[in-house]
Amino acid sequence: MTLNLRIWRQKDSHAEGAIESYELPGVSSDMSFLEMLDILNEQLIGKGEEPVSFDHDCREGVCGSCGAMVNGQVHGPDTETTLCQLHMRRFKDGDTLQVEPWRSAAFPVLKDLVVDRSSFDRIQQAGGYVSVATGSPPDANSVPIPKDDAEAAFDYAECIGCGGCVAACPNGAAMLFTAAKVAHLKKLPQGQPERERRVLSMVDTMDKEGFGACTNHYECTAACPKGVPIDAIATMNREYLRATFFSKEGV
Amino acid sequence: MSSQFKLDSACPSGPIESRWDNHRFEMKQVNPANKRKFKILVVGTGLAGGSAAATLAELGYNVTSLCIQDSPRRAHSIAAQGGINAAKNYPNDGDSIYRLFYDTVKGGDFRARESNVYRLAQVSNNIIDQANAQGVPFAREYGGHLANRSFGGAQVSRTFYARGATGQQLLLGAYSAMNRQIHAGKIDMRTRREMLDLVTIDGVARGVICRNLITGELERYAADAVLLCTGGYGNVFYLSTNAKASNVTASWRAHKRGALFANPCFTQIHPTCIPVSGDHQSKLTLMSESLRNDGRIWTPKERDDGRPGDQVPEDERDYYLERRYPAFGNLVPRDVASRAAKERCDSGYGVGNSKQAVYLDFKDAIARDGEDAVRAKYGNLFHMYEKITDENPYQRPMRIFPAVHYTMGGLWVDYNLQSTIPGLFVLGEANFSDHGANRLGASALMQGLSDGYFVIPATVCGHLAGANLQPVTTSHEAFAAVEHEVREKTDKLLSIGGSRSVDSFHRELGLTMWDKCGMARSESGLREAVDKIRGIRESFWGDVRVLGESENLNQSLEKAGRVADFLEFAETFAVDALHRSESCGGHFREESQTEEGEALRDDENFCYAAAWEFQGVGNDSTLHKEDLSFDYVKLAQRSYK
Repeated sequence: MTLNLRIWRQKDSHAEGAIESYELPGVSSDMSFLEMLDILNEQLIGKGEEPVSFDHDCREGVCGSCGAMVNGQVHGPDTETTLCQLHMRRFKDGDTLQVEPWRSAAFPVLKDLVVDRSSFDRIQQAGGYVSVATGSPPDANSVPIPKDDAEAAFDYAECIGCGGCVAACPNGAAMLFTAAKVAHLKKLPQGQPERERRVLSMVDTMDKEGFGACTNHYECTAACPKGVPIDAIATMNREYLRATFFSKEGV
Repeated sequence: MSSQFKLDSACPSGPIESRWDNHRFEMKQVNPANKRKFKILVVGTGLAGGSAAATLAELGYNVTSLCIQDSPRRAHSIAAQGGINAAKNYPNDGDSIYRLFYDTVKGGDFRARESNVYRLAQVSNNIIDQANAQGVPFAREYGGHLANRSFGGAQVSRTFYARGATGQQLLLGAYSAMNRQIHAGKIDMRTRREMLDLVTIDGVARGVICRNLITGELERYAADAVLLCTGGYGNVFYLSTNAKASNVTASWRAHKRGALFANPCFTQIHPTCIPVSGDHQSKLTLMSESLRNDGRIWTPKERDDGRPGDQVPEDERDYYLERRYPAFGNLVPRDVASRAAKERCDSGYGVGNSKQAVYLDFKDAIARDGEDAVRAKYGNLFHMYEKITDENPYQRPMRIFPAVHYTMGGLWVDYNLQSTIPGLFVLGEANFSDHGANRLGASALMQGLSDGYFVIPATVCGHLAGANLQPVTTSHEAFAAVEHEVREKTDKLLSIGGSRSVDSFHRELGLTMWDKCGMARSESGLREAVDKIRGIRESFWGDVRVLGESENLNQSLEKAGRVADFLEFAETFAVDALHRSESCGGHFREESQTEEGEALRDDENFCYAAAWEFQGVGNDSTLHKEDLSFDYVKLAQRSYK
């Protein structure tokens, strides 16, 4: 099939960007979306034009590197699918696809479709861990954890940190991302000792990084390639409120 | 470097059960107050690098961590699916440290170092405890205790898992441990940095030169010890299950500075991957070995049977692994399962359009346990399969074919994980020591975390306390000299202005490697490969087209540097495969097989690790041999029948 691509091109973080149009013939329906971009880049290199930059790595939906808005939709039209797992059989000959980077004040564009998501790391650094030094923790079976709790914890822990939730949210909120870690550790006994300081510190950092607040649009969970459940946000709000009462260290 | 030096594995002697304890006791120590005076550079943030950086920072060392991705959480360990082995014996099925050790040495076809493998089995249980304490959501039974499943090459259930995303969860555990240290100011984390060379001073590793992938600036980092945790080189085949940025550059450039490269030809071809669909293919996707717990592998009994898999009646199916290997059945080790699939396809029994595939069928498991039970165990894998192939694996058998997955070879290291360059340590897939000629499933996660959490924290102090290191800063002339060489190489790549893209050379190299250095290798094929690799390398340097600038994010330039190194490395790979005229593990020489087509080792002539010393591009490398002795697991023909 032949596609009409409209792709955001931006030289670096200081430059003005613009949409450029490209016609791309020879797209096979078995290709992944990123393989389609590979073919475009081969075509551009052939013409002496600089190829389109985009983050990608594992190409099997788990590293969280890739992501773009495709016709205004996070990771394209399929549910629970990263951009690398979106396949061209979803489109037809003659389609026009507009491809843009995540748009968020907290994710500055570095080049073309590549954005800076280091704010996500800083939120995790603020408290997304259990403080356990390497050494001799107790035997892993010493504290039984109900199967359902472990499964629920996994559902939150599965977040790949792609940033799609922020891009989907009209407020540019990182609530689902932050809440996924809070809810994961809240579900497990290992997470209890630092329960209050974790949520206070992570939410504080999230706000400082310039992410918006949640006003219950649920766009984040609809866009999430791993289907992280929306109730994580309710859990985080409850945990936050609780911590403001119970924290011995203050807010 | 003299080419006459003797490889000293520094393995302790004595009973194997007490070697690690004795070794740690004899190791020189750095007292707690002095640890902060030492700077350790950790390159890579996968399971090995992430766990090492976090643990060393906890101990008080001054750690700088570098990663190529935009976040340490994205290292390729994230993609490991099936599980991690440990000798907990929770299922009470007769497992023990000794059995895990035994299975791993045998699984590696007797080309690994016994002392290292025993240590790996010893610390395996601590890894599970550590990850559990971090909040890794391992699968559990209804009673709340940890669940296990079975993997290839073992007759016990010792594999711990978190659905089909065990690597992700373990890596996020290590990442969280790093985050705690980053927050505390004990790890200086630098993302989007690619190590482009090693700096040695007086023969000792003292730092690296990196490219900042956003600004293009070359940066210097000085340290008292450098840890390479930079993964494997499977992408020399272009198509592999590796992430796109996985590369050999850090290892290769350390090799060119004097670190020996061991067993480069030992490559793991994983039996269950989604088959290639066309020329556009950019990578291959693994379907976890855990699927072989419940899936049955078969081909039709008739050649060129054109019927869809679900329409072939039971008595017209050949469950060839169960037929050939009744004791292990579908859970034979990866090398054995891969060769068996190739044999079926080469003989005309392959399925699908390309005929380069066999079936992995869940019909019986679904009939026995129900679709929901199968979905609960493997849902994410089935989802991924359907996304890629547009076929529903609950209704039709999966089509699978072997693909390059893991590399057992790597930089040579001694028992302390130190390379032949003092102060340069190599961890995880980047080193060579624990898996021999074939890695068992669920052992890579174990090894990466063993190296990072438990081995390096104990061994790095031997170097720091014993080497009488003088303070070094990045203004030392050695840094300027190496940076100059790196800059010249970058400038050259940008100035060639040829007609072909970097990817086109990489694909060409990959085809040659798969064809001549893949699942079956022969003397004539390997000689041809060496010639072809040289030819591709020559045309690369004459005709590659790299657009853009060096002072900006430039993904073509990044790829060009990596492919240039693959083109040098590939020759050493082929030469190693050529010299080892025996078959062992994943290295199958057509000239050396049993009557039944199994790999035939030659212990008399090849019971050693082959460590190659660089002598210049295009020149013959010098071979050094580390003889391997098997005092506990007796050398025997591997049998899974």
